[in-house]
Order: sequence, then C-alpha cells, then structure tokens
Amino acid sequence: MRAVVSVIGKDMVGILAKVSVECEKANMNVLEVSQTLLQDMFAMIMLIDITKGNTSLSDFAQHMEEVGKKEGLIIHVMHEDIFNSMHKI
Amino acid sequence: MINVHDILETIKMIDEEYLDVRTITMGISLLDCCDSDIDRSCEKIYNKITRLAKDLVKTGEDISREYGIPIINKRISVTPIAMLVAASGGDPVKYALTLEKCAQAVGVNFIGGYSALVQKGCAAGDRELMESIPRALAQTEHVCASVNVGSTKAGINMNAVELMGRMVKEAAELTKDNNCIGAAKLVVFCNAPEDNPFMAGAFHGVGEPDCVINVGVSGPGVVRAALAKAPKDAPMNEIADIIKKTAFKITRMGQLVGSLASERLGVPFGIVDLSLAPTPAVGDSVAYILEEMGLQTCGAYGTTACLAMLNDAVKKGGVMASSTVGGLSGAFIPVSEDAGMIAATRAGVLCLEKLEAMTAVCSVGLDMIVIPGETTAEVISGIIADEAAIGMVNSKTTAVRVIPAVGKQAGDELEFGGLLGSGPIMKINQSDNSVMIHRMGRIPAPLQSLKN
Repeated sequence: MRAVVSVIGKDMVGILAKVSVECEKANMNVLEVSQTLLQDMFAMIMLIDITKGNTSLSDFAQHMEEVGKKEGLIIHVMHEDIFNSMHKI
Repeated sequence: MINVHDILETIKMIDEEYLDVRTITMGISLLDCCDSDIDRSCEKIYNKITRLAKDLVKTGEDISREYGIPIINKRISVTPIAMLVAASGGDPVKYALTLEKCAQAVGVNFIGGYSALVQKGCAAGDRELMESIPRALAQTEHVCASVNVGSTKAGINMNAVELMGRMVKEAAELTKDNNCIGAAKLVVFCNAPEDNPFMAGAFHGVGEPDCVINVGVSGPGVVRAALAKAPKDAPMNEIADIIKKTAFKITRMGQLVGSLASERLGVPFGIVDLSLAPTPAVGDSVAYILEEMGLQTCGAYGTTACLAMLNDAVKKGGVMASSTVGGLSGAFIPVSEDAGMIAATRAGVLCLEKLEAMTAVCSVGLDMIVIPGETTAEVISGIIADEAAIGMVNSKTTAVRVIPAVGKQAGDELEFGGLLGSGPIMKINQSDNSVMIHRMGRIPAPLQSLKN
C-alpha cells in the first residue's frame, strides 16, 4: 500500500528534510519525490510505502497536517487509490 | 508515479472547490422487526439498527482521514415505517422516537424512512403514519419523513395529496418556534426511488437487500470551476463534455468510498447517487454552474435548457464511472441550500413558476422553498399535485419540500442554519383551488405511448 504526501507552501530551507524525518519516524519508506518551484511557491509530491508503518494512515495524515500548520505549509497525506480511481479509467 | 498534475488537481478540488462525499447512507430493512406489539417492534428496531450501524460513523471518519476526502454526513435509511405500523397498530410516533434514539446512539446526522408509499391507495398503517408526521417531526430532531403520492404506473392519489397539504402546514405550525423546521424534514414524492441516500427523502425500499451501503457524491463547485476555464464562445456540446469529464471523476471518488465502506462494514455496496447537491457555502452552488454557462442570474430564460443539459451530462459522465448508479442522480435545486438560488430569489428573478419548469428536467423537484405562512393547505396540495403530475407524465422523480413560514410574509427570511441554509420567503400565487383539491379520488396513470 502506498500513499501520496503533498506539500505546498512558501519555499524555505529544510522542507524536504522535515517531511522525510516524519516519514522515517513512522517507518514509512519514501519511494519517489517530485518537486517544483512556481516562483516562490514550493510544491512537493512524495510517494511513500505505508505497509510497514508503525502508525495508522489516518493518524499519520492528521499528524502531518499539524506539522504542516506549524511550518506554514499545507500537507496532505492521501491513500494513492483516490488518485488512481479518479484519474485512470 | 501518479501524474503530479492529477494530484494537485484533486487537492484543489477538495480544498478550494468543495468536492466531497455528501453522504454514506446505510439502508436497513426493518421487515424482520415487525411485531403485533408496538413496544416489542420498537425494541427489535433499536437492536437491529444499533447492531448494524454501530461502526458506520467511525468507518466514515476513518476513510475520510486516510483518503483525504471530506465525508460530510453519515445517515441511515429504513423500511417505510407505515409497514411496521400496519402490523403493530398503535401510535406511529413511538417508532419516530425509537428512530431518534437510534440516531443518537450511533451518532448519525439523519435517519430517514418515516414514510408511507400510497401512490395507489392507503393500506393499513399508511393513513395513521401520514397523520402522525407533524407530531413525529416536532418531537424528534434527526428523523426525516417522506410520502410517495404518485407514480407513472399508478397515477396520483389525490386523497393523499389533499392530506399531505394539511400535514406540511401542520408540520410547520408545530415547529414554528424553531424556524418551522418540521416541514424541512418532510418530502412528498412522485416516483420515489427506493435507494436514494439523500435526505429528507431517503427510505429503504422493500426490493432492497437486508442491509446496504449507498453513497451520495456532490461537487457543484468542481463543475463550476471546470466550466470557468472554458472560453465564453465554446459551444454548448463542449460545455456538456466538460461536465461529463468532471462528473466522471467525482463519481469515481464516490465509488471508491462506497466500496471501501462496504468492505469495512461487511455490508453489500448498493449504489452511487451522483447528484450535484449544493450547500449554502459560496461556490458550492448549482445556480452558479448555470450562471457560468452564460446566464446573468439563475432563472433567466435559458435556465431550463442549461439545467436539462447539466442534469443529462452529469448522468452520462457518472454512469461511465460506476456500474451501480442509482438514487436520484442528477442536479438538485434546493433553494435555501444554494447561495446562487438564494441570491436569484432575492433579486426577484427566480420565481416558483420558473422553478417548477426546472423540476421537469432536474433530478428531483421543488426543494427547500420557503413560502408565506398564510398559504392555505389547499394551495400546498395544489403545488404537490402539479409537481406530481410533472413527475408522473415524464416518468421521473419529482418531490415537494416547501416550508410555510408561520407568521411571516413574502420578502421576509427564514434561517435554518447548517446545510439547510436560509430562505427568502417566495411570493406565490394564492388563487383558490379548494374545489379541485377536495374532489379527492385518483388521477389515472398516463398513457405510455402516443408521446407528443
């Protein structure tokens, strides 16, 4: 099972590191990272493996949302099936 | 990897365009709870509903968090209670109080099915139930009532139409200290669907399995945002295509949520109802979709044509996305729940006659319309009869949910709050129709050939 972590916000030092550390703490392996900069806005999409996670996906999603708020970022953690079902026939 | 653009599009739909799953509704059959003793019957109902639905709310919340999709309501629909009254006799309000207790025990927002199906006539229990609706709605908070008074195959039961006019008025009067909320929880249908997950008209039809999960999706804001990107000179067929594509995505999300909920609850998946259900939030409005198509205000000439296309395109896109589409499916036009409709009514552009025409092509009917409190029961019956006739002749579901605002005049406003929104009181034609309504009897079913 995989989930998508999306991070949107003002670019600053250490966003990737902060999010990766949280993934590590939850024992969720980062599979892929894609990031873009639109002027000074930062958008990062991370695909993570949640099979061996030590916390439930819903708890992790809630935790990440709070982490995001503290840093002024919008962080969503969503199961990948939502994107597969909406955008693939 | 999943396309970054798709991911950002989905997030934008949810965060900015109000995409949500409007409801997960668990349909529960109460036929095996029938008992000749009403108290035993109520006890069986309580036990069955609280057993089957105990994890409904939690499951909905879990899915919502894991998938990042807001799931607004968790609801229950049950077998029309009139059938249980038929077996048990007694005061039907006892059933309403039992349903209320169940709703509070499992934490759902609404429980529907305080209903009777009387399109061809009243059987035992039907009349008692219909006459008890105002009291039942005044004494409960979460119970919703509906009555089916007509169908394309049976015609219209005018005895029931006459009675329901009085019941709508009484429901409002008994709750006049609470914004006449009773009438907002009562729907009078023609061709009522048996698997509708949306309130206030949800009930669990007798042809349905013992327990089933139905999902209602929403997303007027998403459709509007998609249309806003189209050039102003794009032909209507291109607009229809955009709506279809958007409806496809919305429905796929509903299908996913429904199948997940059904798997986790161990209950078969019923249908996805792919309705565009507005909320009072600005931007989550069906009227704004119509305006985005090029109307200055919803209600302008051209509105019915736009709505017809919208309704059809939503279905076409949604059917492709789910093999089990059902319920009401289409576009809702509840006035008080739609910021655009409220504005159009205030501006005097949207009137009851235009709304009536719109109901001939939308998915339901006259919905959440606040009318002056002085309106007579006969006039309300007349509105119900007209609406039922549109449904009967066009083989579609129509419904009436009007709220007589006791003690208020046209131009005043009623404030329900929450999803029910607020409604400017609409001026309506008060011309006397009592001779016609008191004729009672039945309007025979229409011919299904020689269609002109």
